[in-house]
Amino acid sequence: MTHEQAKTFISERFGSAQVEPASAEATAGGGMALTVTVPANDWRPFASFAKNELGCRFFSFSSAVDWKEQGLEVVAKVDNLDTGLSLVMKTKLGPGVSECQSLVPVYRGANWMERECYDMFGIRFNGHPDLRRILLGDDWVGHPLLKSYAVDTPYPPYR
Amino acid sequence: MTLDTPQATTHVELDYSGGERLTMNMGPQHPSAHGVFRAILTLEGETVVGVDAVIGYLHRCHEKLSETLTYAQYPSIASKTDYVAAMTSEFAYVMAAETIGKIEVPKRAQYLRVIAAELQRIASHLLWLGTWCMDMGGALGGGATIFLYAIRERESILDLFESLVGARLLYGFYQVGGTRYDIPPGWADACRKTIDMIDSRIGEYEGLLENNPFFQARAQGVGYISRELAEDVGIAGPLLRGSGVNFDLRRSAPYSSYEDFTFTVPVETAGDCFARYRVRMVEFRESIKIIRQALDKLPDGAISSRPGLKSVAQIRIPKGEAYSRVEGPRGEVGCYLIADGSAKPYRMKWRGASFSNLAVLPHIIPGHKVADVVAIMGSVDPVFGEVDR
Repeated sequence: MTHEQAKTFISERFGSAQVEPASAEATAGGGMALTVTVPANDWRPFASFAKNELGCRFFSFSSAVDWKEQGLEVVAKVDNLDTGLSLVMKTKLGPGVSECQSLVPVYRGANWMERECYDMFGIRFNGHPDLRRILLGDDWVGHPLLKSYAVDTPYPPYR
Repeated sequence: MTLDTPQATTHVELDYSGGERLTMNMGPQHPSAHGVFRAILTLEGETVVGVDAVIGYLHRCHEKLSETLTYAQYPSIASKTDYVAAMTSEFAYVMAAETIGKIEVPKRAQYLRVIAAELQRIASHLLWLGTWCMDMGGALGGGATIFLYAIRERESILDLFESLVGARLLYGFYQVGGTRYDIPPGWADACRKTIDMIDSRIGEYEGLLENNPFFQARAQGVGYISRELAEDVGIAGPLLRGSGVNFDLRRSAPYSSYEDFTFTVPVETAGDCFARYRVRMVEFRESIKIIRQALDKLPDGAISSRPGLKSVAQIRIPKGEAYSRVEGPRGEVGCYLIADGSAKPYRMKWRGASFSNLAVLPHIIPGHKVADVVAIMGSVDPVFGEVDR
């Protein structure tokens, strides 16, 4: 499946998805990269579609970006290792929202990635079997990668 | 345990007649963990039935830190994520910045980057070989034999790095636009001598290991990862290729002139510790091949497309985002970078190869004996700086 075919296929199946031709150079060494922005309620259905119908079975990573007043955005990247198709999936959660569908039922690799995302951004992934902090201690206060988390203020336990 | 219900702690019922379960902490300070890693094992007799992996002991908030450091400052900090293969993460970071900024890298710098990255792969694999064989200890006639050999060879590569950048572990060799240093006079010859020496000795180590029935017994059939599991969890590098996936970024999505070199990508289908060992042993030789070709064809010219740095905030990257990925010794090391037009990134995410590779452990360890946990963990080759970042 070529870049264009994949793009058309995605648009047909997910009318609400915005597909950007994620400029060849936007993914260095990435071959064919597509950036797809889907509404938050299509997050898991789209991941299923990417895995089962586009053959993107390789789960590369998932994370989030804090766009301050515009709210959080969740990002995941999956690849089809046979054809070289790379898909960067994004969904905007909207201002003040920190809940998202979990991808763990689709990709087992999302387990640790979403735990890290919860740890760093406080996003609650619905359907995650084991949403605990992963890198920080269980008693940590706050979610450090939020832009509102100041770097120069000591947080407990370092007060 | 069914494959479609993922859980962090997976349990298998083995009908152990004793009916008694024991919880055992392996780590955080355990010599075979290659770092600070705690595995909470649930045992039935000597068989592991559940694993809860606890990581984060080495977390240094790299991603938050990168938002406060400029594009000139961070590359040398990036090397501290995976400190066993420091060149790799620097490489991914500068490539991401160059991609957004559409910064050309001179051909000579591209070749120098390849040489450094491949030397780093050999050094990293040597450390893995030595420590893994030591983990499996007594079975290898004293255990430390291969370790000392491997460290001796690694030392000679670190000497090369020392004469190249002045540092032996964390380099700061890559910078946005090129490399920071050119090779000093006589370095190419010294490099050729070193790789020739290593090339001539790998066969010897293979002989030592593969003719040893204890080694075979401990590595073959242990820690099986299916192709389906490998892709689903997103493990990369030698683990992925050991599970029958023919994928190497250097060939599938060439960067930094890798398309100029001929090399083969080893693939094994067994998916066990031995397959991963075989993949890495072949990669030694392929890396040596690439370095020879790069030294032979090394073009003349500038080593950087940017003027020398006068201030740390000199590099400004326009608004945009990129994901760059390089094939590190442990697999795909990715850097997802969002720039906002200033001298510092807005957001940076590391896809640490070790993080994804380690995430496969809870899926593969249950059903093995405690002693096998050590062999499996060693074959995954995690570096905890990269897991915890």
